[in-house]
Order: sequence, then C-alpha cells, then structure tokens
Amino acid sequence: MPAPSTPHAVPVGPAPGGRGWRIGGWGLIALLPLFLCAAYLVPFLGVANWSITLPEPGLGQYLRVATDPGVHSVIWRTIRICAIVTALAVMLAYLLTYVWIHGNRTMRIIAEICIIVPFWISVLTRAFGWLVVLYNRGILNTWLQDLGIISQPLTLVRNDVGVVIGMVHFLVPFAVFPIASVMRGLDGRVLMAARGMGASRLRTFWEVFVPMTMPGIFGSAVIVFVFSLGFFVTPALLGGGRAIMIAEYVYVQIFQASNWGLAAALSVTMIVLVSALLLALMRITRVEKLVR
Amino acid sequence: MGPYRPGPVAVLLALLAGLFLLAPMLAVIPMSFTPFRYLKMPEGELSLRHYQTIWENADWHASIWLSVRVAFVASTIATVLATAFSLGIWYVQPRLKALLIGFVMLPMIVPPVVSAVILYFFMSWLARAAPAIGYDTFWGVVISHVVMIVPFAVVVVMVALSQIDRRIEMAARGMGASIWQASAWVILPNIRFGLIGAFVMAFVLSWEEIAVTLFITSINAITLPRRIWMGLRDNVDPAVAAISVILIVITLIVVVSRIVWRETRK
Repeated sequence: MPAPSTPHAVPVGPAPGGRGWRIGGWGLIALLPLFLCAAYLVPFLGVANWSITLPEPGLGQYLRVATDPGVHSVIWRTIRICAIVTALAVMLAYLLTYVWIHGNRTMRIIAEICIIVPFWISVLTRAFGWLVVLYNRGILNTWLQDLGIISQPLTLVRNDVGVVIGMVHFLVPFAVFPIASVMRGLDGRVLMAARGMGASRLRTFWEVFVPMTMPGIFGSAVIVFVFSLGFFVTPALLGGGRAIMIAEYVYVQIFQASNWGLAAALSVTMIVLVSALLLALMRITRVEKLVR
Repeated sequence: MGPYRPGPVAVLLALLAGLFLLAPMLAVIPMSFTPFRYLKMPEGELSLRHYQTIWENADWHASIWLSVRVAFVASTIATVLATAFSLGIWYVQPRLKALLIGFVMLPMIVPPVVSAVILYFFMSWLARAAPAIGYDTFWGVVISHVVMIVPFAVVVVMVALSQIDRRIEMAARGMGASIWQASAWVILPNIRFGLIGAFVMAFVLSWEEIAVTLFITSINAITLPRRIWMGLRDNVDPAVAAISVILIVITLIVVVSRIVWRETRK
C-alpha cells in the first residue's frame, strides 16, 4: 500500500531553526528503518543464505523448485486455487460494493455490516465457522439431508472446495476496498446520461458502469491474488492436510521435514513472484487511487 | 447518484453474498451451546459447559492474558515507531521518501508465510545470542508482532498527518519552536485521533496474529490464537466455539455501535 501524499505540500526550504529540525527529523525517521533492518532485512538475507547453503552450497534447492514434480504440483494447486478464489472474491465484492455505494440508506448499512464485521473477526474464528457449516455432519449437510436433497453427506472440507470457500470468505472484504474507492469516485452524471440517451438499466451497467470501474476490479484482483498466495491458516484448517498449498508446504518443510533450504528457496521464489505482480499492478493502475 | 439505484436482482444477489459473509459466524453461536464434548449441534438441550471451560480453565486464562500483554506492548511500540517515522518524513520530506516508505511497508506486502520464515530465522538466532528474548518467549512474540503490525500503524498515522494544515507547522517554526516543542505541543495533539486509531488497529492485529506466532512459539508463549489453533488442529474442541462467540459478540458490538453512532450524527 502506498503512502498517502500530502495535500498541503509546501516546500519546506530553509525555515527558521532548519538545522536542528533536519537533524531531529532524520533522528525520528531513522528509528523504524533501523529496527526493521535488524529484525527483518538482515534475517531475510540469512534466509536467502539458507536457500543457497543448506543442505550443501549451490543452487540445488532452486533447481528442485524448478523441476521437482512434488513441488510443482503444490505450486500449481496454489496458483489454481488462488485464481479461482480471486475470481469469486472479486465478483462477490463487486456486487456487495455496488449495493453498498449506490443503494439506499438501509441497503448501505446492511452491506457495510456484512463487509466490516467479518473483516474484524479473526481468521481462525472464520475458518472454524466454516468447519461447523461444512463438515460431514455439519449444518449444511444436515439441512440438505433433512430436506431430502442428498442421501449421502457431501465432502466439503479436507479438500479444495472447503479451502476455496474459506479463502473467498476471508478475502471479500479486502477485495471491496479498491472497488469501493473507484465506485465512489465515479461521476454519476455519466450514468444518467447513458440512461437519458435510452440505454436500458442492464446495458448501462455492462457498457458504461463496468468498464468505468475496471481499474478497481483489476486492482482488487491483483491485491486478492497476492494476498491469497501466501495464505496459511485457512488452507491448513479447511484443507485438513490434503489440499496442501505453498504456505503450508513451507511450514511442513521447516517443522516436519527439517528441510530449511527448500523452505528458504520457496520463500525467495514467492517474494520474486509477488514483487513482479505488484510492479505490474503499479504499471497499469495508479495504486494511490485505489487506497483512498 | 440518486437515479442510479441497484435493481431488485442486484439487491437479492447482494443479500445472498451478505448472508455468505455472515454464515460462519451465525453457525458457531448454536454450536457453542452444545452439551456434547465434541463438535455436534445441540439437539433440544443447551449447555453452558464450554463457556464454563473458558471461565475456569487456567490454560485459556494464561493465553488470554498473554495475548493482552503482547498486544498492548507490541502496539505501543509499533505506534511510537510509526509516529516517529511518519512525523520525520513529514517534516523533512526527504528525496528518498518513496523508497523509505516502501521499505517500512515490506512486512505488509511480503506473503505472511515468508515473513514467518524470516522471523523464525531471526528468533532462532536470538535464542542463541539472547535466549530471554528469542524463540518461544514473550519478547520474541512482541518483536515479531511489532514487525508485522507497524506498516498498518504507519498508514494510519500518515493519513492523519496528510489531513492537517502544513501552515501550523510553519507557524510553530517561525515562532522559534524546536522540533520537539512543535511535535509535542502542536502536531501530535492535532493528530491524536490518528494515533488512537493506529494503536487500536495495531492492537487488534497483534491480538489476532497467528501465522507468524505459529512459527516462533512452541510450548511457553502460547497466545490465544495459538491455543485456538491447537484446539482446532488436534481435536475439534467446542470450547473454541465458546471463545469464538465471545470474540464475535465483542466485535459486533463495537462495529455496529460505531456505524449507529456515525449514522445518528448525520
């Protein structure tokens, strides 16, 4: 997320007391980067070092990331699930944001509660909630069986279905914010003009409204995709160790297989991938527009 | 945007989407009153036994208390660091501004599992250099949480700073105030709501943090999310439903009262 810019940007220049202010100002700035260098950047270099020295020096772990079929299947599953999750989360978010921004007061309040309340609730509570709903003798299966729609319980957790549902649920609020900022900034007169020229509601929506909110959709998709790539808790709980994604794979490599080199190489690979995606995002949309 | 209202189809679909978002929370409420010792919906009879477990069990108490302390200390440190950084950037407007801000935002952008590996590396190194603040200790969790929550605090403080008029700073300078006097008497009082917002945001994020905490703790520093995780991973314990309901109710009260307060002020 980029920094907000200062609307009252007045050149600071050589103001009275300039020197003391400069030294003091840099003193204030320095604290946080120094802390992060010690606790984050230097350890990252250590992790990068693990990736080329463990278990023996060389690029063996990266070669494994590039060629090992086991690693590949985990990476492909991660990308596939993240793509499905992104598409679903952005669609749901678009719908909710549309009603949140353009609806009447009651709709706005209801939509806002539906978006904000889950946002503040812990990822663990949310994953647990889905376990309660989805497991074999859970609420959904019980209802469907009582209604006679199914005779055998559906397997909805410990597989990709559960992971997708849980992740979509987690990510919808995050997908809402970029879309909301674009929809809020939209000039309503353009829509009225389209309607005035005789376009139907549906046609105005598809041919005017959706194209105008494309930057929001795109920004939202990239943010959600990046978020879902490194996501750990929901896949681990709702996948139940069967639908393993890359984050859980890293956890297993460190704590069960003691294969620190591979975990480190995967971490570095993920950073490279995520940076590339975010650079593409910045090229295509102006990110600061999305955050406001 | 008056005439452009969502049609009935959009409203209906949005209601379904909203229901989807609330569903897991609605589901854990009846579950928390189950009389059974395992995950099974109550049939007729309701029981408070799982709330009683949370109320009486020393392990849950220890975890809640640890999470409160960690969140308090970590969000205090994060707010102070974020405020110092943002204020300094605001005063100096350095040429490398974008680079510096990008750097402190890193823990927010890097995938959580990678941050977890980085902090795991750091904590295992600290455990050798200074065992009291390294792996599986109170201070280890605090340091790691500060790293993870500080970018969010920076965003909140920077937004607050961007909304105050720069001329009050120039006035303070012109009157001969030192940077410390101007900060303490003029700027900080003007962004106090931003500072409170940053602290609250940081507190909640630390209170819920699980991905990194899983990597850097094992048996001593078991925070509340870690204990919930254990309750979910090993055997699905309905006590988790009880603690979840408590957390959901608190969140619901805070969020809804904020919305109501805002709407009635209009």
